[in-house]
Amino acid sequence: SANASPEFEGRGGEELGSELANTLYRVFSSDKSIDLKSLCINPRENCWILYVDVLLLECDGNLFDAISLAVKAALFNTRVPKVRVLEDEEGSKEIELSDDPYDCIRLNVDDVPCIVTLNKIGHRHVVDATLEEEACSLAGLLVSVTSKGALTSVRKVGKGSLDPESIFEMMETGKRVGKALHAALQKILDEEESLGTSRQKVGFLG
Amino acid sequence: MAAISMRLPEFRKAVVPSVSRGDEKHLVLPGDTITTDTGYMRGHGTYVEDEKLIASVAGVVERVNKLVCVRPMNTRYNGEVGDIVVGRITEVQQKRWKVETNSRLDSVLLLSSINLPGGELRRRSAEDELAMRDYLQEGDLISAEVQSVFSDGAVSLHTRSLKYGKLGQGVLVEVSPSLVKRQKTHFHDLPCGASIILGTNGFIWIYPTPEQKDGDAGGFTTSTEPVPLSDREVISRLRNCVVALVTQKLMLFDTSILYCYEASLPHQIKDILQPEVMEKIVLETRQRLLDLEG
Repeated sequence: SANASPEFEGRGGEELGSELANTLYRVFSSDKSIDLKSLCINPRENCWILYVDVLLLECDGNLFDAISLAVKAALFNTRVPKVRVLEDEEGSKEIELSDDPYDCIRLNVDDVPCIVTLNKIGHRHVVDATLEEEACSLAGLLVSVTSKGALTSVRKVGKGSLDPESIFEMMETGKRVGKALHAALQKILDEEESLGTSRQKVGFLG
Repeated sequence: MAAISMRLPEFRKAVVPSVSRGDEKHLVLPGDTITTDTGYMRGHGTYVEDEKLIASVAGVVERVNKLVCVRPMNTRYNGEVGDIVVGRITEVQQKRWKVETNSRLDSVLLLSSINLPGGELRRRSAEDELAMRDYLQEGDLISAEVQSVFSDGAVSLHTRSLKYGKLGQGVLVEVSPSLVKRQKTHFHDLPCGASIILGTNGFIWIYPTPEQKDGDAGGFTTSTEPVPLSDREVISRLRNCVVALVTQKLMLFDTSILYCYEASLPHQIKDILQPEVMEKIVLETRQRLLDLEG
């Protein structure tokens, strides 16, 4: 959104937006990331479609990491209402949504990958770069890691070049950091879940 | 290994206002009524509605005889003659450079206002004009003094002293100009091992203390020698301290930054940016400053 940075005013943020969308497509391209079969209502007929909308409110570098964490947390929080299929005499099926707001199914996000961006500055690389650090780095590697350490996609960003050995090093660091990131995120999501209705609801400007 | 800490969102704690305030300042928010007396002239930051004088910006009310104006807290830099500023070159034009100083208009640095390398005093010729890019390029940081202010508010700078000029290796922190206290000197050599330039425009430059003090080249050559690790740590710690002071809205001057540095020594450099540690350090700094005053 234009709130994030003056260059996103009007159509300015479109290029970045499409880049983010394409990256997310690639990251989730593996069919093991999210269990789509659980979203099925009637085989070959009806199913739930999940849409994920991301709105950038503030931008200080390392967008992809933050967005992937937000997507994973949002999917964890999603509650899909349970659906009953009623068969009519003629054979036409009717779909009935349950009225109870708490009667829902939760998605399994164990295999949802998280993105880790490694920016190369000089001869070393840094994780979680701020906007100033990103301005100093010419090239970077974007790896998406699942909680078990499996890579789903690797992409090079930036206009500089990367040495093949440093690519290996960066992938190893990315895997390590990714696993730690998943562990920390899962812990905090479980903590928030356990708070239930007593947790504080804080808005962005709070 | 990577220490990743995540936390749930919490409401931000309101910044505690400092207790000792001798003179009560009349603070207003946009929309607050300043006065209902119609005898006043309205200045900047005010407007008249229904015979009431209302503030349009958040700040302090200043009254000079019959003129009432509101000086905003968070505003762009307004140049005054004699201020020290730190700026970044944005354009190289015919006989001058355009410098970005966080003000409404870009500041101007005329070719005739700089010290030529070698310290010569002569008329600037056409060759000097063509060689401008050799001295200062787009993206360079300079420290300069305000020579004059144009009628439209643009500021004209000069670097006519050996202590001003191009800045070499260091860290820049951008803060609001209203947080930098106006003092006698803005160049400080802190005893912790680094030097700091507190630009009145809100650009704070932290750099390693140079060894030789004479400054033979007139401030245009910058050393690219690698800075030792201990100096780098001091500079990072200072930078985090400045960020902590700014978040807690404390005025920046050499004593406050020094006290904050000393208060932060027991913590690791990266921990200073955590909200709880920040509060603790700034509270201690505030306490020491109050003790110093009273």
